[in-house]
Amino acid sequence: MNLKEFAAQPELLASGHRLCAGCGETTTVRLVLKAVSRPTIVTTATGCLEVSTTVFPYTSWDLPWIHTAFENVAANASGIEAAFRAMRRKGRGPLAKYDHLDIIAFAGDGGTYDIGLQALSGALERGHDFVYVLLDNEAYMNTGIQRSGGTPYAAATTTSPAGKVIPGKREWKKPIDEIIIAHEIPYVATVSSAYPLDLIGKVRNGLEAEGPAFVHALVPCPRGWRFPSDQTLVMGRLAIQTCIFPLWECRFEMGRPKYSLSAPSLSIARNPKMKKPVEEYLKSQGRFSHLFRPQQRDDIIKEIQEGVDVRWERLLEKAL
Amino acid sequence: MVLVVQKLMGLNGDEAVAYALKQINPDVVSAYPITPQTIIVERFSEYVANGEVETEFIAVESEHSALTACITAEAAGGRAFTCTAANGLAFMWEMTYIAASLRLPVVMAVANRALSAPLNIHGDHSDSMGTRDSGWIQLYCENSQEAYDTVIQAWRIGEHPEVQLPVMVCLDGFILSHTLENVMTLPDEVVKDFVGERVFSKVRGHIGEVEYRLDPEHPLTMGSMDLYDFYFEHKRQQADAMEKALPVIGEVGEEYGRISGRTYGLVDPYRLEDAEIAVVGLGSTMGTAKAVVDQLRSEGMKAGLLRIRAFRPFPTEAVIGTLSHVKSVGVLDRAMSFGALGGPLFNEVRNTFYDASRRPLISDYAYGLGGRDMSMDLLGKVFRSLEENREAGKVSEPVRYIGLRE
Amino acid sequence: MSEQKKEPGWRELPLGGIPYKSSREYKTGDWGVLKPKVNKEKCTQCTLCHFCCPEGAIKIGQDGKPEVDYECCKGCGICAAECPVKCIMMERRS
Repeated sequence: MNLKEFAAQPELLASGHRLCAGCGETTTVRLVLKAVSRPTIVTTATGCLEVSTTVFPYTSWDLPWIHTAFENVAANASGIEAAFRAMRRKGRGPLAKYDHLDIIAFAGDGGTYDIGLQALSGALERGHDFVYVLLDNEAYMNTGIQRSGGTPYAAATTTSPAGKVIPGKREWKKPIDEIIIAHEIPYVATVSSAYPLDLIGKVRNGLEAEGPAFVHALVPCPRGWRFPSDQTLVMGRLAIQTCIFPLWECRFEMGRPKYSLSAPSLSIARNPKMKKPVEEYLKSQGRFSHLFRPQQRDDIIKEIQEGVDVRWERLLEKAL
Repeated sequence: MVLVVQKLMGLNGDEAVAYALKQINPDVVSAYPITPQTIIVERFSEYVANGEVETEFIAVESEHSALTACITAEAAGGRAFTCTAANGLAFMWEMTYIAASLRLPVVMAVANRALSAPLNIHGDHSDSMGTRDSGWIQLYCENSQEAYDTVIQAWRIGEHPEVQLPVMVCLDGFILSHTLENVMTLPDEVVKDFVGERVFSKVRGHIGEVEYRLDPEHPLTMGSMDLYDFYFEHKRQQADAMEKALPVIGEVGEEYGRISGRTYGLVDPYRLEDAEIAVVGLGSTMGTAKAVVDQLRSEGMKAGLLRIRAFRPFPTEAVIGTLSHVKSVGVLDRAMSFGALGGPLFNEVRNTFYDASRRPLISDYAYGLGGRDMSMDLLGKVFRSLEENREAGKVSEPVRYIGLRE
Repeated sequence: MSEQKKEPGWRELPLGGIPYKSSREYKTGDWGVLKPKVNKEKCTQCTLCHFCCPEGAIKIGQDGKPEVDYECCKGCGICAAECPVKCIMMERRS
């Protein structure tokens, strides 16, 4: 399908939800839902998306949707998938009429890196057929911008503030993608709403994969990262151009993970001069402002650049 | 008159639950092992591996996920079962509230076991008592026969259109779960007929009146967010459903009785009609107590007992109706509520009688914690103290501990 | 956008806390200070504005050009920032 055909599809996420103006999450979710082509059930963990789209008595979901708690969206998906399989096996039950049921689970970085990791790991090990979309805005945004395992090094959050003694988060972002790939699931990919067709295609790949698929979306948050509300996609693009968040896919085939870089990151791999310095990214977000004012913290910026460089190199070793 | 030919089988409580489940053939069983429930999951796994059921068995990675998967399987329109005990139930505590408020009739067997710390694998009621406010229907079984019978009835009770609540079937850990008993089992088709197919209520969603389940043909949103303007009303609805469950438990129990010859209700009174002293309690100890009552009766004492089967919803009317003429009542509590005056059952029973026109003397006897045995001798002691209270016309000590080394 | 009539009582609400209204009925158009103004002559029909809008407020019309639903537009400005030919301008709401 091309852009015009996708644009003509009805919106499965209705307008009128309470997410912030410029929110990266809803753009990402709207694009994910454009990949829906078969009967689908969606489940979501507690977080910005969940509370803002289902403020009783309103709902924005024009798909069957369930939320139960914060740490268990992968278990939610497991239950739905199991019920469907049982009904198909029995040949009766309300969902037995569908040849296939697509299940999409949305969770934030909080509900994935930290509290949700147990349920996610269990669901992946059991091999349930669903797509897990990680909406990574790099902090517990819904409860007030507290740090999570997905918060990047040196970022200021309300529980890792930039203070006189400690300049933001001291720990590096947990390498969640590697943890997921180590579960040897059929499909893992990174996406950004700055590249809509790439995102939709990858979600389609995930839905078509037999077994669990994991799609990691970097979701810039104007409120939490502190940038003007119209720069959301600019931030997403910058994250890719600085190789802080490269775009790639990984399929597990014949006992090995096979990585392939997506076009925006592949161009940089082929043309290293296109790689932008991390300072450009850090400078444009309020959560890193303590690295520039009252004085420039070149020591930390250098650490971040080195950290990003080494992770990028590790990816290239695997992907090229 | 028993209409159906039943098969006598040697089963312990866990096996009886697993066997009933096999006959029901639910869509999903998702469970995590914990002593003393392990035999249920093991036996059921054998049925699955041998193709004797069509159930999808999810070997979940924690109890929290076990109940979660049951909730969403029921939401998807299937029948789902889980089982646990003690700290497993404590781990899924959050989800018990969610199952009840999402009005999904999950059935869960709890092999009652003490909560840590210290770690104790033996039977007492502290685990299920910890979830008594969650909105689940809680039924306590006296023996493995009742465990078998109640697991079958649980689906009809929970799925009833006026009720729509999850049901907890409680059986004492080790005492019932691991003890071999004679159990009369119904034929497969009779169980299937009794349980029937799940029927769904119609609900008004944002796209119209649809069945209360997830289906791509009719989008519904389950698990929304309430602000202060709606939460209270949603909770009131749950309280209403609990009240509606009271007659349903009796109706289903009677229908079951017509088929099996074993009728069940909210309470199980034993030699109470002319009793002057009586004990009230839950679970297997009441079986022992029945033997003690018989013994005391033969000695001329007017003893009786009331076994409460449905702890939630609490059968206030039935309790008043059967006990108000008794002079001295002893409540047997196999759980403690630290900081309260007496245990959970004591608090319910005393509260029940506060406005009644005739009130017995009511005293509390904490017993059996962590699997401490409650022998016939100890029960005899309880009755004797009830007799003392009756003669004195007042309760000497409202809360006592039976079988405790001082 | 507050409800003027009295809220339903517990007897009238649907089972299980099911929401009974689509959020399309909740108009968020008064959230923002700015609103996008589209210069249709400059538009090249790339459709990117439809994809980048967080609200789904931009539909692509029969002419292949954007139609903004001002009743739900929150005025974030992403469409104006992303338009490759800068045919969308953010203007102060009157």
